[in-house]
Order: sequence, then structure tokens, then C-alpha cells
Amino acid sequence: MPIFWWLKKWSYTWFITRELTSIFVGLAAVILLIQIRALGQGEAAYARFQAWLRTPPALVLDGIILFFLLLHTFTWLNLAPRAMALNLAGRRIPNGVVLSAHYLAWIVASALVTWILLGR
Amino acid sequence: MRMPDAVTLEVQLYRPEEDGRPVWKRYEVPFRKEWMVLDALNHVKDQVDGTLSYRWACRMGVCGSCGMMVNGEPVLTCATYLESLLPGPIRVEPLKSFPVVRDLVVDLSGFLSKLRKVEPWIIREEEKPLAEGEYLQTPAQMALYKSYSMCINCLLCYSACPIVGLEPDFVGPAAIALAQRYNLDSRDQGSEKRLDILSQDDGIWACTFVGECTEVCPKHVDPAGAIQRYKLASTLAWFKSVLIPWGKR
Repeated sequence: MPIFWWLKKWSYTWFITRELTSIFVGLAAVILLIQIRALGQGEAAYARFQAWLRTPPALVLDGIILFFLLLHTFTWLNLAPRAMALNLAGRRIPNGVVLSAHYLAWIVASALVTWILLGR
Repeated sequence: MRMPDAVTLEVQLYRPEEDGRPVWKRYEVPFRKEWMVLDALNHVKDQVDGTLSYRWACRMGVCGSCGMMVNGEPVLTCATYLESLLPGPIRVEPLKSFPVVRDLVVDLSGFLSKLRKVEPWIIREEEKPLAEGEYLQTPAQMALYKSYSMCINCLLCYSACPIVGLEPDFVGPAAIALAQRYNLDSRDQGSEKRLDILSQDDGIWACTFVGECTEVCPKHVDPAGAIQRYKLASTLAWFKSVLIPWGKR
């Protein structure tokens, strides 16, 4: 296969875009781990980490990460009905129901996290 | 639009005993509104160049033998109208990602050994005596696997899948969809055996869900969906084996 095989067709390009940008999903997890480590190192270390988060490069990086996290969330959730063929009382649950249930679970989980972080 | 009197086919020829590499040859064929690409190839074979080699059999999208790359897309040539490819020239190549035997004929032996590996037939732990009659199945039970049983092994999905090209050992879309066809059959008891085979590196986990296999499938089998469902089943089986190690998977 030639190295640029993925430029020959839009669906291949889109696939490779998703593969390559998943690195930002990994980066989000790495930043969270660094944050947890800073928290464990004490108040001063955590304040330093928070100050870094407010710097322009960190804000730009955060923006890019958020964009690709949302992209991967939507594309992942949209694929869910193809991976799950669920039956209830002998009848296939429609794809729309499976999709809606996933989006609902995402909204509920996000609302719960927001409430824990801001509402208490 | 005024229809042309003739259309040009550019066919990739490969004669290993004559040429070291594939060459392109142009053929002018009469244009007929009702002709498929296969009809044009048959015209070349009958009237112009009897040495042209390609596979075909049923001419009605059932046998799966006439799959080729037409203008870069894997299609059944018996189901692709010349009219849809006007004004031409129409480029015809052998299916991508397969070794070429001659001209448009590809070597299927690699695929056939992958297919055998997933044991696409009904496996029983123990056969019941003939006197007890056949294994009955309700329409609802059949509906669970019917779409996967429509596969005609045309291999368009293998040509569309970039993973097959990058990882030649990958079992591939059609073989996995056919494994799933038997896993979902109420008469079959071989799903654990197949899962052990397909959980290997060259099985379901090699698929990264490009989804092109489903796009090109002429029988709407959805191999991509079958593989993702297989992944889900494999993951659940793994969790079950960790959480309930003493239980039967």
C-alpha cells in the first residue's frame, strides 16, 4: 500500500483523521493524571498546576482538546447502534432508541459531574 | 443526454509468463443502454480479444464471481451499468489487495483459508439422533442472522478495506460476518470456539471500523456492524470470565 493511500478517498481520509486526532483524547487523560498527581503533592503544587492551566498555551491546548473530545464523542455515540443489536420481547430495538439512550446517558453523566464540581 | 455509439474500456492486463508487470489495454466497445460492464467485457472476449481473462458465472448478482475494480471502486460488474460510468474511459482492474493470477482473475486461496479458519458451518457439541427429527427454528430466530447469510463471498469488502491491504493476515470482513451468521444461529453451539479464533490479533481487533466494507457490499450484509457486535460480545465474555471465573463463559 502506498503511504498516502488514505488521501485517495474521503472516507479513508476521515478515518485517518479520527485515528490521528485520538491523540488529543489521550492528552486529556494525561492532563487529568498530572492534575491528580499535583493534588497529591500538596496545595502549593496544585496551585502551580492551576496557574499553568490559565496560561495562553494551556488554554489553546485545552480548546483543541475540547474540540476533538466532542468530535470523538459524537462519532463514537453515532456508531453505537451498529455495534449493539438489542432485542426486547423478540423484537429489535430501533437504532434511534439505542442512539437516544446513549446521548441521554452522556447528558446525565455530564450533568452529574457538573453538579459535583459546581453545584455543591 | 445523447448516448454515445461506443465507449472505451481501459483494462489492466497481467500475463506473468509474458510481462513482468501489469499493462493497460484500451478496447472500444459498442454502447448499449442495457449493458453492464460485464456485458462489455464479454463483448471484448467474444469479438475483440479472446485472450482476456476474468471470472463470471450467473450474471445476476448471485454468484459473486465478477467483482472487479471499476474506476477505482470495487463493484460487481454484472450489476454496474455502462451508462452510470459515461463518458468513459472506464478503467477495469482486478480486485485490490489480492494476488493476480492473470488479467482480472485474482487468487482466492488466501481468502478461502481464512474462511475455513472461522468454521462457517453449524457446530454441535452433540448431534441429536436422526429419529428426533430436524432442528427447528422460528422465523424470529432466523431473522437474527438472516442478513449475514446473504453474503455471496464476492470479496468487494476485502478490496474496500484498507486494513486488509495493510495487514494481509487480517481475517477480514466477509469471513467474520459469516462467523457471526453461525454464532447467531439458534442451532449452532460453536460461538465460543469461533470467539477464541477471532479474538486473536488478526481477528476482530484488527478492524478499526473504517466502514467501507459495508458501503460496498452489494447484498447489504453490514460486515462492519457484525465485527463491532463481535467486539462487544468478546469484551463482555472477557469481563464475565474475570468476574465469574468459575462460571461457564
